[in-house]
Amino acid sequence: MTDATSSNIPSGKKHATSLVAQDARTKRRNAAEARFRAYGVAAIVVAILALIGLVSSILYNGSSAFRQTFITMEVYLDPAKLDKDGSGNLEKIAKVSTFGYAPLIAKGFEKKFEENPNLVVEGLNAKKAAKMISKEGPAELRRMVLANPALIGQTVKVEFLANGRIDGYFKGRVTPETAKLDKNVSPEQLMLADKLKEAGLLKTRFNFGFLTRADASENRPEAAGLGVAILGSFYMMLVVLCLTLPIGVAASIYLEEFAPKNWITDIVEVNISNLAAVPSIVFGILGLAIFINFAGLPQSAPIVGGLVLTLMTLPTIIIATRASLKAVPPSIRDAALGVGASKMQAVFHHVLPLAAPGILTGTIIGLAQALGETAPLLLIGMVAFVREYPAAPPEGFFDPAAALPVQVYNWTQRSDPAFVERASGAIIVLLVFLLAMNAIAIILRRRFERRW
Amino acid sequence: MSAGLVILAVVVIATLGFFLGRSRAIRSAEGDVRKLHSLPNYYGQTVFLFSAVPALLVTFAWLLLQPLYVESQVSGMITASDIPEGGSLSLVMADVRRISTGLDLAVSSGNLTEGQFSAMRADTTDVRAKLGELGVAVASEVKQNVFEAAKAYRAQTGTLRMAMTVVALVLALGGALLAMMRITPEFRARNVSEAAVKALLILSSMVAILTTVGIIFSLLFETSNFFRLYPAKDFFFNLTWNPQFTGGSDLGIAPLLWGTLYVSFVALVFAVPIGLLVAVYLSEYASRRVRSVVKPAIEVLAGIPTIVYGLFALITVGPLLRDYFAEPLGLGTSSSSVMTAGVVMGIMLIPFVSSLSDDVINAVPQAMRDGSYGLGATQSETVKQVILPAALPGIVGAILLAASRAIGETMIVVMGAGAAAKLSLNPFEAMTTITVKIVSQLTGDTEFASPETLVAFALGLSLFVVTLGLNILALYIVRKYREQYE
Repeated sequence: MTDATSSNIPSGKKHATSLVAQDARTKRRNAAEARFRAYGVAAIVVAILALIGLVSSILYNGSSAFRQTFITMEVYLDPAKLDKDGSGNLEKIAKVSTFGYAPLIAKGFEKKFEENPNLVVEGLNAKKAAKMISKEGPAELRRMVLANPALIGQTVKVEFLANGRIDGYFKGRVTPETAKLDKNVSPEQLMLADKLKEAGLLKTRFNFGFLTRADASENRPEAAGLGVAILGSFYMMLVVLCLTLPIGVAASIYLEEFAPKNWITDIVEVNISNLAAVPSIVFGILGLAIFINFAGLPQSAPIVGGLVLTLMTLPTIIIATRASLKAVPPSIRDAALGVGASKMQAVFHHVLPLAAPGILTGTIIGLAQALGETAPLLLIGMVAFVREYPAAPPEGFFDPAAALPVQVYNWTQRSDPAFVERASGAIIVLLVFLLAMNAIAIILRRRFERRW
Repeated sequence: MSAGLVILAVVVIATLGFFLGRSRAIRSAEGDVRKLHSLPNYYGQTVFLFSAVPALLVTFAWLLLQPLYVESQVSGMITASDIPEGGSLSLVMADVRRISTGLDLAVSSGNLTEGQFSAMRADTTDVRAKLGELGVAVASEVKQNVFEAAKAYRAQTGTLRMAMTVVALVLALGGALLAMMRITPEFRARNVSEAAVKALLILSSMVAILTTVGIIFSLLFETSNFFRLYPAKDFFFNLTWNPQFTGGSDLGIAPLLWGTLYVSFVALVFAVPIGLLVAVYLSEYASRRVRSVVKPAIEVLAGIPTIVYGLFALITVGPLLRDYFAEPLGLGTSSSSVMTAGVVMGIMLIPFVSSLSDDVINAVPQAMRDGSYGLGATQSETVKQVILPAALPGIVGAILLAASRAIGETMIVVMGAGAAAKLSLNPFEAMTTITVKIVSQLTGDTEFASPETLVAFALGLSLFVVTLGLNILALYIVRKYREQYE
């Protein structure tokens, strides 16, 4: 020991540099270290900012879709127009088309102008004022009358959807300047809209119709809703759930518990991992070629969408199920076999129930993935314009329907800017569903997951 | 009986068989269950299986084959003169099928009796109008031969359906009886039932193979149809993409392939450095708390559907890039561009790259880090000179997987990249990709058998081959790498 220390005694040669001040090379290295760290932080900041930008852009553009402008108007349902011979015969009343109802609404405006001269705007007669009401308005009125013919001859107070441009005015999309250039709306109409608002006849409120109505045509964005799309997506998820869960669990049980180690099993395993990485649009091509062209299933039906999405989610569910089967310790199987259970009994009575929470979580996450998938659905005809709600299952599985993500795509393809707002709103609905599903999965995992 | 009813009847018979088999097993053991080889339920299950499985298999096979058989029989009745100009036999056969369902409807709704329509002739009565009343639309005027074929079609279908019902029910009953006779206390019912369950499990795991086979088969089949109409040489080497409705289209894959690669390249240039740095920072520098917040936040990006990214590109990123980069620089005026799609796709790929590289970086043994620190290296030097080289194969695998994702991505490019097929270097110009054209060629109204539609299958096959190759290469590299340290 002493020898060693003695050899360390400074030999009189002084250290070239100070131990306190860093030399140039150390400085450079430390600076490089700090820079590298900063790059890492910057990368994280960019990623988080992208996430924030994405979510806030959707929320900013879409939240207004849940609010809608309504105009309340008193309409006299003139028997002379609707029920000419006064027989109350429903068939004859049904012959009056929506065009027959539009003048009634204009009459309503005329009466309002007489009662309240404040409302009169120069250069705007009642007929033009009635254009402020959605083109869906007369149709709504007609449905109301057909449902209850006794209303004819009465004056009814109806809350109509305002035209998309008037709605846009209150959401800041339309200004008097843009209105001058727009043939669908005039500055006078906007003035009247302001006056109606003061008079309490025009309100902007939460719009349940956005969630329940069917899609509407190009020139009436205010009436477009997500009802059919939500129902269609729900049907597809039902199909996916009913098919992937049993098939996926059965396949995983076989591969994890029974399969012998041979080349066939290897092929199946490689296959499953490859299927998980096949572009989703290829599944759409498969659906088109096999389910529609070969098997003759109807286009844009939830059953076809469900089948395609089933094939897509299967790998996800198999991978998740196998992981949770693997997590069950072998001692459970050994104990079951030890008391005389067959291998099948050990798996189905003991291993599977213990793996169930993990399987369930994986299934929900797989479903969430399927719910947001768009590309394959485009190819199987889901882009079609569907106004009818599909019937109740099982016939409803074969009826044409829309799907939430495809509805978003559809709306972005239309020219009216009001549809952009709707598309973002639909995305919010989709994200809320996904968030709920993922939250359920996390809660299930927290509550039931067992660590062995 | 309709197919659904037949299946229902078979299931009912099989279920009855289950209870009968169970009670028979208990009786055969004189009420003492211990004398049985298996639990009584297993005896019931064997009866159920013997009764239901053969009957249902035959029913499904019958349902699949019957239309093919009947059609081959009936199509002989149609002469060349019955096929309208420009039409084909398959179209006429579709009419035959539709008329026959129309006749079914007419009979079931009581509009016609069996005798009435067998006497009916297409040249004397207006069959089309009559069917129209029932809501069955027939494309063209019904010719006598076609009408006769429809009648034959209906008659044959009816007899065969009847035969199917009888066969299925006989099989179900026979199977149940056979299984009942086999029940003795010594009968190994559990083994039989478990073998059946195992077969079911094996079948389920074959679905994955079937899917792959289905994909390859459908792509190959339609692609070969396409190459019969359009020369393969032009598809691969023609430099223009210009589909025409009237024929004479140029369908070269080159511009689409270029667009695809360009967009993917931009996306990777954006995603790989960021994703890699995020992974390095999170695994080497970040405290546990930072990690527990940032990691899930970045993984949220991975859970967002691509349509959301597409909309983001369309309404936010596109106009932003156009107004602040493309127009001031004089590079373009289009909001959908390679840059738009590339940047947004890059955001989508960040979590993909970062979580894959995170796994690889964590798999580098701690001893290698400690050795590097022991030699006096700083943390960043360790990362750059030890960890990244050690993790390189895994990272390359991650990048290849990300590239395959980028090439196959659809919604972002459909909404962000544009539809013009161009061979251009300007990243602010709208270009198009393979996936965009698959969507546009298959969602249009063009006739299915035209090369303009079938080209989508050739594009799909190219896409499938490229992504599959990348995936296999990536998995190979990742697997090889894993073996080194475990």
